[in-house]
Amino acid sequence: MATYLEAIREGIGEEMERDPGVFLIGEDIAVYGGAFKITAGMLDRFGERRVVDTPLCESGIVGAAIGAALMGLRPVAEMQFMDFISCGFDQVVNFAAKCRYRWNAPVPMVIRGPSGGGTHGGPFHSQNPEAWFFHTPGLKVVAPATPYDAKGLIKSSIRDNDPVLFFEHKALYRRVKEDLPAGDYTVPIGKAKVVREGKDLSVITYGSGVHMALEAAEALDREGVSMEIVDLRTLLPLDEDTVLASVRKTSRVILLHEDTLTGGIGGELAARIAEKAFEFLDAPVVRIAAPDTPVPFSPVLEEAFLPNARKVLEKARWLCAY
Amino acid sequence: MATPTTQPGLFLEAYRRMLLLRRFELKAQELYRRGEMPGFIHLYVGEEAVAVGVCLHLSREDYVTSTHRGHGHALAKGISAREVMAELFGKATGCSGGRGGSMHLYAPDVGFLGTNGLVGAGIPVAAGAGLAAQLRRSGQVAVAFFGDGAANHGAFHEGLNLAGVWNLPVVFVCENNLYATQTPLRMATKNQDISSRAAAYGMPGAAVDGNDVEAVSAAAAEALARARSGGGPSLLECRTYRFLGHHEGDPGTGYRSREEVEAWKKRCPIALERARLIERAEAAETALQDIEREVEEMIAGAVEFALASPLPDAAEALRHVFPEAAGSAEAVWAR
Repeated sequence: MATYLEAIREGIGEEMERDPGVFLIGEDIAVYGGAFKITAGMLDRFGERRVVDTPLCESGIVGAAIGAALMGLRPVAEMQFMDFISCGFDQVVNFAAKCRYRWNAPVPMVIRGPSGGGTHGGPFHSQNPEAWFFHTPGLKVVAPATPYDAKGLIKSSIRDNDPVLFFEHKALYRRVKEDLPAGDYTVPIGKAKVVREGKDLSVITYGSGVHMALEAAEALDREGVSMEIVDLRTLLPLDEDTVLASVRKTSRVILLHEDTLTGGIGGELAARIAEKAFEFLDAPVVRIAAPDTPVPFSPVLEEAFLPNARKVLEKARWLCAY
Repeated sequence: MATPTTQPGLFLEAYRRMLLLRRFELKAQELYRRGEMPGFIHLYVGEEAVAVGVCLHLSREDYVTSTHRGHGHALAKGISAREVMAELFGKATGCSGGRGGSMHLYAPDVGFLGTNGLVGAGIPVAAGAGLAAQLRRSGQVAVAFFGDGAANHGAFHEGLNLAGVWNLPVVFVCENNLYATQTPLRMATKNQDISSRAAAYGMPGAAVDGNDVEAVSAAAAEALARARSGGGPSLLECRTYRFLGHHEGDPGTGYRSREEVEAWKKRCPIALERARLIERAEAAETALQDIEREVEEMIAGAVEFALASPLPDAAEALRHVFPEAAGSAEAVWAR
């Protein structure tokens, strides 16, 4: 059994074995093994030329990763928390994201790190900042929910020739585990997955939302309601076909994410469903997301803030009764 | 070892390149003023000795990151005047296919990692190119050009600090033209000796007359030799001046006195070097005139090429976000 965290570490390690151009760069990733220990042991395995500790400087880390990537190396840069990517924002959204379009220049760089709440990290260590980048053409945005997908997607991300932002969910690191197949496999970027077949309503989600939905689905089963769950896995490019197919099948849809509501992925999904599957809907599109506030610190406040299985269940019952 | 500055004919070549940069920019200005060129451009007139003095000592395999005022760097590093001019016109034949423009010139085949409309952003990228060279032990060096304005940006600190602590083969070249757009350096920082900041990063710093191509050349040769031999990064401040406004359309006065502008124009780097070449009998008047004619012909050819080139098909706007012909652009990595 491998945890989500171990799966990511395995995937990175395999790619480093496979391709000597892959190297790791980030704050406290070498000697210390990273704040969440994703890169623990990498220094011993691959040496200090390929596991590079940096000062605290996200603009410098991302900029240096871009420079190395333009020269054909494959840097995997860690943000200690994905919240901190704001300090390197210019390098990500202006420089890296637009190299292909401007110059047909490949930037085979991965920026990865922990995001999400549920660990009482407070306002600067719990955010889900994927929507900042979902809006930026030229980037790929990946957010796995399971160890299998995390490993397969980190490997695909490292092999990809364009910049990939890889959002790990820190509350899943040690909480979810599963058996992984032996040997090399990848999960394609840009492909969603129906993780649970159903016929009465669809939940479209990703990351931690997948686990909330799975929990709610079991409770609904006992009430005789069948929930389909689509795990987006990649947010950009968005797998619209899989989403629309599920909506056309069940005619009721919940868009679920842990990120805050306004300007989140759910809004874009709702628009596309309205544009392309309107006549299939039997009820209003429902969004479940965190409210439009910073992520609060105190456990009681954070619990109130975060979506969870109970909130999904309540909305699902309402939707089915509509 | 003979320093590169003693190579015969080096400064004749410097003169040729500076003249190319100057004539290119003045022609671009003329075309822009006629309303034939879209967007906006920042001209390098007056600062030619910096790009040329440094790039004299770079090979095609070395890397350069540049600025919003980067036509001169692009030409000095070896992108053809035709491709640069065509890009300024937004033509399909431009070095970025018309999708970038003046501030997005790029040519990996000559080691040019881009002009850059974001002040300071090229500095950490040059550190990354230096890091790649170091990791691969390739012997390449990287140069970041940037202005005095960028020296007050966070990216400057992060990029120099990384290069310092990792002993990267990078030379940071500050083109101190005394004004960040219209704000004078004295109002932007208390310590106006930018080269002295090198000490903060544990690297050598030097300040030179940026209008003297021989002085820039000597200082750059020293810093680049240090980088190539494992001696780590350097900060080179070249004190210079732009003869024109910040962008074409800015008269360049108001925030700068006419007397100040005129005084700097008397220190034209190209005129200075021409006089030296004659005085030292390194070039005959006729040889210089031949160069001048050759440059004029090259610029005329570039303009003709740019004007005759097709505009991009409008459908191109929706392409190129992700690769279409896999392997084509990636081939540059084989270098």
